[in-house]
Amino acid sequence: MNHILSVLVQNRAGVLARVTTLFARRGYNIESLAVAPTEEPGTSRITIVVDAESTALEQITKQLFKLIDVLKITELDPVEAVVRELCLVTIRATGQNRGQVIELVDVFEGTIVDVGLDSLTASLAGRPGKLDDFAELVRPYGILELQRTGRVALPKRERQAARPVSRRKAG
Amino acid sequence: MQLTGAQALIKSLEMEGVEVAFGLPGGCILPAYDPIIDSTIRHILVRHEQGAGHMAEGYAHVTGRPGVAIVTSGPAATNLVTPLMDAYMDSIPMVAITGQVGRPAIGTDAFQECDTLGITRSTTKHNELIMDPEQIPLIVRQAFHIASTGRPGPVLLDLPKDILQATVEWWWPTDQEVTSSLPGYRPTRSGNGRQIKEAAQLLNAARKPVLYVGGGVLKARGAEALRALADLTGIPVVTTLMARGAFPDSHPHALGMPGMHGNFTAVNAMQRADLLVALGARFDDRVTGRLSGFAPDAKIIHVDVDPAELGKVRRPDVPIVGDCRLVIEELIRAIKTADAQPSAADRDATLGPWWEQIRSWQAEFPLHYEEWKQGDALKPQAVIEAISQHTPDDTILASGVGQHQMWASQYYRFEQPYTWVNSGGLGTMGFCVPAAIGAKVGRPDRMVWAVDGDGCFQMTAQELVTASSERIPVKIAILNNAYLGMVRQWQEMFYDERYSEVYLSPDLPDYVKWAEAMGCAAFRVSEPEDIVPTIDKANGIDDRPVVIDFRTDSNEKVFPMVPAGGSNDDIVVGPTPGRKVVQ
Repeated sequence: MNHILSVLVQNRAGVLARVTTLFARRGYNIESLAVAPTEEPGTSRITIVVDAESTALEQITKQLFKLIDVLKITELDPVEAVVRELCLVTIRATGQNRGQVIELVDVFEGTIVDVGLDSLTASLAGRPGKLDDFAELVRPYGILELQRTGRVALPKRERQAARPVSRRKAG
Repeated sequence: MQLTGAQALIKSLEMEGVEVAFGLPGGCILPAYDPIIDSTIRHILVRHEQGAGHMAEGYAHVTGRPGVAIVTSGPAATNLVTPLMDAYMDSIPMVAITGQVGRPAIGTDAFQECDTLGITRSTTKHNELIMDPEQIPLIVRQAFHIASTGRPGPVLLDLPKDILQATVEWWWPTDQEVTSSLPGYRPTRSGNGRQIKEAAQLLNAARKPVLYVGGGVLKARGAEALRALADLTGIPVVTTLMARGAFPDSHPHALGMPGMHGNFTAVNAMQRADLLVALGARFDDRVTGRLSGFAPDAKIIHVDVDPAELGKVRRPDVPIVGDCRLVIEELIRAIKTADAQPSAADRDATLGPWWEQIRSWQAEFPLHYEEWKQGDALKPQAVIEAISQHTPDDTILASGVGQHQMWASQYYRFEQPYTWVNSGGLGTMGFCVPAAIGAKVGRPDRMVWAVDGDGCFQMTAQELVTASSERIPVKIAILNNAYLGMVRQWQEMFYDERYSEVYLSPDLPDYVKWAEAMGCAAFRVSEPEDIVPTIDKANGIDDRPVVIDFRTDSNEKVFPMVPAGGSNDDIVVGPTPGRKVVQ
């Protein structure tokens, strides 16, 4: 089952390598990963989607928490969190189907960010499922290149969706 | 005060109370070796960097203080990887300092450059590449703090050469500055009160309890507290390979070592227990055997300073995160103040049948080996018993890895904490000689003996040159059976006696000549009547190391044995083939 871990870390050289090395060394698979600085200077948030059973997830978070640079780990329930992903996709769009592709991008609230002679590049943001749907719909026209960012997520505030996995720091 | 980075490094080590460092200089670390000449720190020049690492471990084992190793970049750093991993697996506090190529050269495949940080990321508790010379004192303080608190472990600091050569303004960070610089590191010390109360209730109600004691009790300096708990509750105590010495073997509640080569009573008491109190132990596969068959009826109280250990292998009924000594002390208070607190007589009555059962196992299945007959080579177990009987109780015993290690743990009587130095988790052959040297450096007031195998000895014997030149009088007993004995045992038992690449020869090398060439006193013992007199002779030599080549029987195997992959109920108690014990 997929779980989303939101890992707050000190923004220091090598911190991402520490996190990914730990996943590799303990035999856990990372489904997607997104990293960027937060509003707090000196800290970054790593959003990791991991495919694991609940017991394995508990072990993953406990091991992660032992890293000196990890400050806080929150597991986000996909239902109770805002989850977004960005996607850039270059689609074959020749004379006769160009209009249909533009229409699809429009329906999915995307924007055309580059136009070629027989292709278009669209930018879409949204729930991962929405991006999956879009990709399926334009596949028949021909996807030339596709790049997704991996999920970023935050808990929905009022509903207390975030479940801090561990408050204690490990030794 | 203006210092070079190198001077700041060495001064920081001095300020941290470092008395001894084990190391070997080279290109990138050269600047750090200049201030060592003027330092109060005793530097011990090793012959191979692996030796420096294991010496630092041996030192840490017996003193409880972080051992320090200083080596250069590249091959020196990679030579340190094995001891780092060894220390990581066995939670040994250690600070390793490696040189690195200058900052401008990093990433250019410069001479003796390697990605030390990347290579040691999964073999250390923490590592840092120091890129700002002003940070040297703070990062050194952090390293010692991280290495020695929480679950102890190795920390590596990688110092580029130009950082060591830079000029810095000296400062010494306060404790407060150190902790606030590590916002992500807050080890838990005292256990949760509600969980401790729950544990006390389980302890008071148990009819077949066992205290399952691991190395964490020693790391927490908790041997005295453990003894008080055992005396108060009357519960039997097993001590894992990492915990030998945490509880005196002569204590009536001591059952000895459990696990793959544990004695029958220790293994079986855990199997039949209704409550296991795991204290700083981690349910290692060598203790549990096949997990699905391990202690099937036992409730589990698990105390560990590392929260990740709780539920990693076996889900505890009562998990307690905390320092073992503090938690045991709190547990004792909780037991004494529990509502339904049983009297001593009640306890005796409750545990009476359990102890009867245990005593009958002890009587029926003691550790044993076949008696020596004329024409046999020496019985290795007899050599260890002789060392145990003819050395002081506070003697420190080191060992390598393999049959001799298991026999040492089985047949040596450990009476005091911090008298046993061995490589448990990683199982590092070659650990023995350098670890014994490090232990002797840490406790020069104690006699240090080491039981090594002939295979292990050949891996790191060169460090006896270090010991001779530094006048570190360790005593090494080689149990020379001319084989990689443990592998041979498995090939005999599980590979139809097809011996593949395990024969080493008793005479090549000539251990006596080799030891003498390295400046040691050396003896060879082939007859049983010479064992004790030679041990006595070795005890009398205090100006140089001693090596004794004991010619032992290659047919001897380590028993009892739980076959790999088997349940602990499949324990084979003795050498008679096919003989199993069914209760």
